[in-house]
Amino acid sequence: MNMVQALNSALREEMRRDSRVVVLGEDVGRRGGVFLVTEGLIDEFGPERVIDTPLTELGIVGVAVGMALYGLKPVAEIQFIDFIYEALDQLLSEAAKMRRRTGGMYSAPIVVRGPCCGGVRGGMFHSQSPESYFIHTAGLITIMPSTPYDAKGLLKAAIRSDDPVVFLEPKVLYRAIKEEVPEEDYTIPIGKARVAREGSDVTIVTWGAMVYQALEAAKLAESRHGWDVEVIDLRTLFPFDRDAIIASLEKTGRLMIVHEAPRTLGLGAEIAAYVAENAIDLLKAPIARVTGFDTPFPLVHEKLYMPNVARIYMKLSKIMGY
Amino acid sequence: MRWFYSTEWPFREYSIEDIGFDIRRALGLFRVVDENGEVVREDIEVDWDKVVEMYVYMVRARILDDWILRLQRVGKVALHAPNRGQEAVGVGSAMALSREDWLIPSYRELGAYLVKGMTEEEILDRAMANVDDLLRGSEFAVYGKRSVNLVPAPVPVGNQIPHAVGVAMAAKILKHRVVVMTIFGDGATSRGHFHAALNFAGVFKAPVVFVIQNNQWAISMPARRQTASVTFAIKGVAYGVPSVRVDGNDVIAVYTVAREAVERARRGEGPTLIEAVTYRMGPHTTADDPGKYRDPEEAKLFERVDPIARVKKLLIKKGLLDEESDRRIWEEWSSRIEDVVKKCYNKPPLPVEVILENVYSKPTWNLLEQAEELRESLKVMKELGLEVE
Repeated sequence: MNMVQALNSALREEMRRDSRVVVLGEDVGRRGGVFLVTEGLIDEFGPERVIDTPLTELGIVGVAVGMALYGLKPVAEIQFIDFIYEALDQLLSEAAKMRRRTGGMYSAPIVVRGPCCGGVRGGMFHSQSPESYFIHTAGLITIMPSTPYDAKGLLKAAIRSDDPVVFLEPKVLYRAIKEEVPEEDYTIPIGKARVAREGSDVTIVTWGAMVYQALEAAKLAESRHGWDVEVIDLRTLFPFDRDAIIASLEKTGRLMIVHEAPRTLGLGAEIAAYVAENAIDLLKAPIARVTGFDTPFPLVHEKLYMPNVARIYMKLSKIMGY
Repeated sequence: MRWFYSTEWPFREYSIEDIGFDIRRALGLFRVVDENGEVVREDIEVDWDKVVEMYVYMVRARILDDWILRLQRVGKVALHAPNRGQEAVGVGSAMALSREDWLIPSYRELGAYLVKGMTEEEILDRAMANVDDLLRGSEFAVYGKRSVNLVPAPVPVGNQIPHAVGVAMAAKILKHRVVVMTIFGDGATSRGHFHAALNFAGVFKAPVVFVIQNNQWAISMPARRQTASVTFAIKGVAYGVPSVRVDGNDVIAVYTVAREAVERARRGEGPTLIEAVTYRMGPHTTADDPGKYRDPEEAKLFERVDPIARVKKLLIKKGLLDEESDRRIWEEWSSRIEDVVKKCYNKPPLPVEVILENVYSKPTWNLLEQAEELRESLKVMKELGLEVE
């Protein structure tokens, strides 16, 4: 199964399991979504539960919040996550704050999912990694899977969550990786990272498509220098798995964070600050970050904008040589 | 699956009749009782018990409004958005709802909260954000109570309009015969939330009633400069939503129009937009100074169309009220509400922990750490002899 099929099967199984689960978004019905994540759902569940909406992200998220107030479990698709900004008032002021601003009387545990990140020559409005906006807002959970298996288990966990979840799907991975994905029901706990590669010299904390760049760089570093790189796939970006990071640093004593989002106030900054505040004694070298540049996402030379093996290798050399 | 059966279809001409409802109602002004208390529409059936009931609610809302204003001035309430002059809109529209229906109002709707089932005590606990505050000290000027399907308003104007459509769509999906009403101001019609919500409601025929409380002022911006549309109600027409303009200072007119809209929604015939024309007699909030942008004489002018005075004149004419019984109504509610104020005034404040609660269903690790930091800081404050507030 690839990631699109895994996500589709998560939605299908959750809609079968719980009649309160509905899907809404642009072109999610007959078209099955532009990436086909919702393909065929309308045939099984009908247009009342697979809702093609008018073209407004504000409307999609705002209406989803209302549906959740009434007790449904809406899964709202944002066609490209770059278009979410119109809906930020609904997401950040309403979904995230509903529990708080109603004194716990109401909550709005919606799932907002959509394709994110670069690597498909999408230009600046089809390639963004906006996770920091969501992580910075109390009340939201933010998830980004990197494998089909995780995508299915995490989306199911997101749908069953009592809190609103932003579920970011790296579109470059949609069809790039195939793996065995169980047909039966399983979930992956929110807030738990995965060790994608074990190692003892340096820890790379990363997520989404950058997991594969980190793994490539780790292979290169091993073959050229014998450095043993551990790669942690964060999976849940907030609340992030601090225990997994600290446990890894206890082995390695060196930390690098790799993400596609721009550097300034990216999640890497928070992880670096967390480690500096709580575990500086574990560090043998300065923390390094390899990230997208602090610019809009480019249409041309995108592989140079995104963290790549060369940039990761370059900074690995720096911290290993410190 | 086939949307077009001929190439001519998209290129056809349309006429007023194709709209499917009478757009003149979005331009007119539905009124049953004029400002002198004279019935101008004898064809409208009036339930006089209901009128007396609505009158009492309006009186209660005004007394409560004055009290919250006073409590704000002595520092017991953080901020208040006075209701004076607008009581008929909230009371008349909420009166059309049944208990299982949902109301998602704005701030400044004390009458609507009372009608939907919040008590004066719950409203005052909320205003003073004391230990019994249902919203646990989360925000000022907004009110709600889940057990009566009264959703607290968001403070950003109009954010709740799409929620009302979502609740209505959910009820429709679950085949519940529930109607949703949302109330918001003229200023909110400029926000994207209003347009997205009206569009969804029209497309999905959601069982929702939109009430624009047009009080002529969005802080300092007069309605005439909020929009170039001749009325606010006309905006609904473009979304295929039947729209009605009503005298919002005539509680019988508001109730009649709201009841018709609620019944339509319940029959599955979709949404209605109501523009209720009224006037904000006071400031936007206690933090506002209308002297800076409008002639103080203007507010006095509108006392002539006071919605409470209008019902009183009508009821006296109908022999359902006299000066003596009216005085008793005011005295009785003034003294009852004063007792409630005294009771709520002395309730203890909320515990400090509320500033960290209700963020997630279960506190995340960072919040647990920050709760520890808060506890430590309280100890240090004590040691240093610093005041908490």
